[in-house]
This record gives sequence, structure tokens and C-alpha cells, in this order.
Amino acid sequence: MSTIYFNPKESESIHILREVAAQFERPVLLFSGGKDSITLVRLAQKAFYPARIPFPLLHIDTGHNFPETIQFRDELVKELGLELIVRNVQDSIDQGKVREEKGRYASRNTLQTTTLLDAIEEFKFDACIGGARRDEEKARAKERVFSVRDDFGQWDEKNQRPELFDMLNGRIEQGQNVRVFPISNWTELDVWEYIKTENIKIPSIYFSHKRKVFFRDGLIWTANKHVYREPHEEVVEKMVRFRTVGDMTCTAAVLSEADTLDTVVEEIRQSTLSERGARIDDKRSEAAMEKRKKVGYF
Amino acid sequence: MENRKLIKIATAGSVDDGKSTLIGRLLYDTGSLTTDKLEAIEKTSRQRGFDYLDFSLATDGLVAEREQGITIDVAHIYFNTDKTNFIVADTPGHVEYTRNMVTGASTSQVAIILIDARKGVIEQTYRHFFISNLLRLSHVVVAINKMDLVGYDEDVFLKIKADFDALVEKSNFQTEQITFIPISALKGENIAKKSAEMPWYVGNTLLDHLEVLEPEDLQEQAFARFPVQYVIRPKTDAFHDFRGFSGKLYGGNLNVGDQVTILPSFTESKIKSIQLFDQELEVAVPGASITITLEDEVDISRGDMIVKSSELPSSEKSITATICQVNHKPLKIGQKYTLQHGVNRVLAKVESIQSKIQTDFSGEESTEALKLNDIGKVSFKLSKAIHFDPYQVNRSNGSFILIDEGTHDTVSVGFIF
Repeated sequence: MSTIYFNPKESESIHILREVAAQFERPVLLFSGGKDSITLVRLAQKAFYPARIPFPLLHIDTGHNFPETIQFRDELVKELGLELIVRNVQDSIDQGKVREEKGRYASRNTLQTTTLLDAIEEFKFDACIGGARRDEEKARAKERVFSVRDDFGQWDEKNQRPELFDMLNGRIEQGQNVRVFPISNWTELDVWEYIKTENIKIPSIYFSHKRKVFFRDGLIWTANKHVYREPHEEVVEKMVRFRTVGDMTCTAAVLSEADTLDTVVEEIRQSTLSERGARIDDKRSEAAMEKRKKVGYF
Repeated sequence: MENRKLIKIATAGSVDDGKSTLIGRLLYDTGSLTTDKLEAIEKTSRQRGFDYLDFSLATDGLVAEREQGITIDVAHIYFNTDKTNFIVADTPGHVEYTRNMVTGASTSQVAIILIDARKGVIEQTYRHFFISNLLRLSHVVVAINKMDLVGYDEDVFLKIKADFDALVEKSNFQTEQITFIPISALKGENIAKKSAEMPWYVGNTLLDHLEVLEPEDLQEQAFARFPVQYVIRPKTDAFHDFRGFSGKLYGGNLNVGDQVTILPSFTESKIKSIQLFDQELEVAVPGASITITLEDEVDISRGDMIVKSSELPSSEKSITATICQVNHKPLKIGQKYTLQHGVNRVLAKVESIQSKIQTDFSGEESTEALKLNDIGKVSFKLSKAIHFDPYQVNRSNGSFILIDEGTHDTVSVGFIF
């Protein structure tokens, strides 16, 4: 038996993706250019092979993404022949729907929610597939695989459908939609080991590179015109890499020499800091993620 | 993922049995609590004036939970050792424990039942064991906790074991499926390291015990069942005539060349190929998500089932099942639901409620309705036949959920006789 290649977590994720394609009319895969959504794309490829992935990708672009991520996104879409939809936070700002944050911790991260909800309405998406994992954060530990959201995209944590065995109930009312998390049960290490085993391409900023940065609150921030910086915060050049990739204003770098998948995986294995420890958005308060989820965040 | 085996565990215990402490301890002892998480726990523990680390803070994540010091919902916790990945479904022990524990146990192979050494076997222990038995978990670990508070006394341990053994006799479990371990989660005795305080205990530590469990041994031996999830038709030049039937395999192996029957049409064919992405397999094992092609052009759609022709399941339009009610809306005679059996959906009507079953092994009583957290025997009439095995024989092909036609919520889970 053991001679047959079989990965139980991969199999579970493929099962979930096929349920999405079967139970919903207009699913979409939320693509950020980060390793988790890249892993989702590979899983979707496997789930529907030899047919094409039967849903488009949606990228909510804050305008503050790392250029390496955007370049990677466009190459991936071209290579796999996928349909990509991009909606911009800048448009939501220009339409006066959201206001740009100001000051030291200004970020467009929370503004994304409005752009996302508008895109869901525009395209009438009934299922949005995301790369969130339960091990990332405490509020996510209680998230369902099929998570029902109301017309306002809100998450009601006290009133969730129980999920029994691997039976998924995607029945919803008009106006509701479902967030789907196929890699709920994966850990950060699982994702990295999978990327290594499958030899999946990822953006270059996940590997060690020389970058202009500055230090604040014990975190390493990218020095860039989109990131607010006090005059006294000195810019230095360091060898860094990113452990999670989001908006430039909310993703901190880590000092690292790891420049291959092998050394990155080893570094994750040895790490004593959690993945979201380098997320500036989660540092805002202990319940930061839960609050964002309730109003319709990813 | 480097061939690490996967073990899925459900934990059960009453409010103060120290369940969260145990999980926190398992995370801590396997190096799965990162420095920043540990610092957050230390900080909050200090703020609350505790002189120990409150590991429950590692798992109780929602604002309402921290405010009230309770666990609201099933939480999933992950840790690994060099050889094994573990997924723990942590189910709250107080109100609504039945719904939560049934949910957590449905995706698990092993249950850890916690007992407070000072209190021994209590009513809640009966209920947790009842659910482990109902759900047919492969293995139960009875962790007798807080041994430090009873002077690490072997007699206390033996007394509790004897009381629990009396329960085992009322269940379907064999004695070798149950393991007793004396522990102190707070002090870390017999969790990852062998306790010097309890030299009389010669068995494995909890972590060693969980590590020697083999997924193959925990998996049931049953007939192969392949419910078709999705039909793959690429309609591209390279795969013009390709028609693949994709799904997850349950129960037993399928081989290329097997003579198969497609239900509900009872058409026969042969397996032409088995694929996992671009790999061609000779044989598929239970749990694998695969795509099958057949020798003949057969009309197959989602919800159909492919089985070996020599191993047909039951096909019935009337079924009786043990029902656990998981929603506030009660189940009543005459009510209609959508019944989801695997990926197949039919309409179901409640014909009769034969009894409500006490979850402490004390018997059954008659009832008009099943309320949230009730368990009972119910008969249904279906709009179309479903193709099932008794839950006793095949967990996945013997279970279903009921979906409310109005709210679309999952309101019940059923285990077919």
C-alpha cells in the first residue's frame, strides 16, 4: 500500500475543489500571488485534469503589491491559460467608497474588503475560494471549509453549519455566498513541503535577496514610496526574504540567507516565530483577524 | 509532504478536566508553540494573575470565548512530530457537547477522553464514550488527568480503569481498542516524557502511544465505494473523447480491469484507467481523490456510484437510522428534508421516530420530536433509492446529513442501520 503515492491532505483539498465546481454556478478563486493561493492553483489543476480549471482567478490589487508578485501572477495566468479578473482598491478610493488611511501605520489592507465585496456583487460570484488555513490564526481555527456569508459578506462565528465527515453543504439563499477554504487543514510547513515536492514556482521575494528596508517595532519594513516612514527611521540594505506575501504596507520581511526551496523549508522547520508574527495587520490587536473576518475580509 | 503519516484525533472532556491544558501541553512539548504565541500566553496568564501558563489561551481564540472563559465551537489544532502529522478536533465539553463532539468525531479516527482523577468516571464520561462508540472510532485513549492532585496513586488509577471497563462491556469496543494512561497535563507527566512520579505505570506516554498508531490499522476494511463527484470532459483537441469520472474512493481498493457496476442504472463496465492528475495508477487506495475512465460509453452523472460488480451495496427507498440533531429546529414526524448521502441528494420524509436514545447507555424512550443534541432512531421514506452500507460496516457510505428546505442549514446527521 505504501508504495502508492497518496497524500491525504492533497486528496482532501481536491475533493473540496470538485465539490465547489459541482455545487456552485459561479465560483472564483481569490488569488493574491502568495504561496497559499499558488498552491490552490496547483490543486485546482490536479482536480480537473485534463480539463482546464473551470473558474477564473480574482485578484484584489491594492496598488501596493510587490512588483515581483504582479509579474509572477501574469506569467502564471499566461502559462496555464487561466482567466484573470483584477479589481483595484484605487478605484474604490476614487469612487469615494473607502478612504485612504493616513500616518505611520497606513495600509490598504482593510480597504480591500470593500473592493472584494463589490467584485462579488458585480460578477454574482456564489463561491469564493481562498487559501486561508486554520493554523494561521486563532479566529481561523474555527472556520468552516464551506463558510456561509450573508449579503454583507459577514461571518457569524456563533451560527456556523456543522461539517460532518466530508459531506459539504453548499446550499445558500439568494444574495448569500460561500467562502471556501480547501487547504484549511494544512499547516505552513505542509504548504512549503508541498511546494518543494511538486516543484511549484513561487515569486522571487520568498527567497533571500538584497533589499532596502527600515526597522520599526521590531519588524523589518520595506522602504518604498507606498510605505510611510518617519525621517529618523533609517534605511539600510539587508539580506531578507518574505514569509507571507501581501500588501507591501502590511507584510514584514525576515532576515534570511535561504535562497533555495530546501533552505527555506529547513528555515520554516526551525523557526520559533509564527507566520503571522510578520504580519503587521495582525499586530493591531489580539482580535484583529476576527474583527476583519466579521465584516467580510478574506 | 515527505511521507509523514496523518492521525486525526477528537478530544473530549468536561469543563474543568484540563483539556485545553492538555492540548497546550502537547503543542508545547512537540515544539509547536512558537515564541510569539508562547509570549502572548505568558502575558495574558500574568495579566489574569495566574502563577502557571494557561494553555487554554492557545486554543480559545474568539473574543466571546476569552471574555467568558469558555470554548464555543470545534477548534482544529495541528502539530507534528518527525514521523506523524496530527489534527486535533477540540470539542467543548459543556452545553451542546453532543453536536460538537459528533462533528469532531466524524472526521477523527481516535478519541482522547479526559477524566479528572479526583472525580473519576462521571456522567459526562458516559456521554463522551457513548459518542465514541456511536461514531465507531477506531481507538479510544482514556487519559486520567490531574494525577498530581491524587498523589500519583496507582489505586486511584486502577479504580477508574475498573469503572470504565464496565462501560466498555456495554459498548461495541474490544478491550484492545481502549488504552488507559495516567497523566498530569499541567506538570507534563506521561505526556511527552515518562513520569518518574508514576514508576508503577509501564505503558507508553501519551505522545508515544499516539505515534505508534498506524493509519492503515485505524482504517476500516470494507468494500470499495466510488461516488462520482464530477464528470470531467475537457473538449480540447488533445483529449477530445475523454470522459473521466472523478471522486474520492472509500472502503477498499479499485484496480484497472475491475468489473464494475454503475448505480442506480446497474449498467456494467470495466475500469479502463485510474488517474491522479497526470499519473496513471494500476490501483487506487481508499481516501485517494482520483479520476476513472471506463471501457464502455456509459451515462453517468454526479451522485452515481461505481462499485465492483461482485460487491453491490444495499439499494433502498426506505431506511432507518440513528439520528443526531445538530440544529435548533427539531426533527418531527412528517417533515421533509433534502438528504445528502456522500455527494448524492434525494428528498426524505420522516415516517416515524421510534425512540430517543439516552446517551449514558441507560436505554431508550419514546418521543414525538428530536431536539438539538438529541439522539434517536428514525425511519425515512426517500424519493429515490440510495446505495448504502450499514454504518457498522462502512462509515462514509453509511452516513448522511439532512438539509432544511427553508434555511438550507445542516440540521441532522444520520447513521444507517
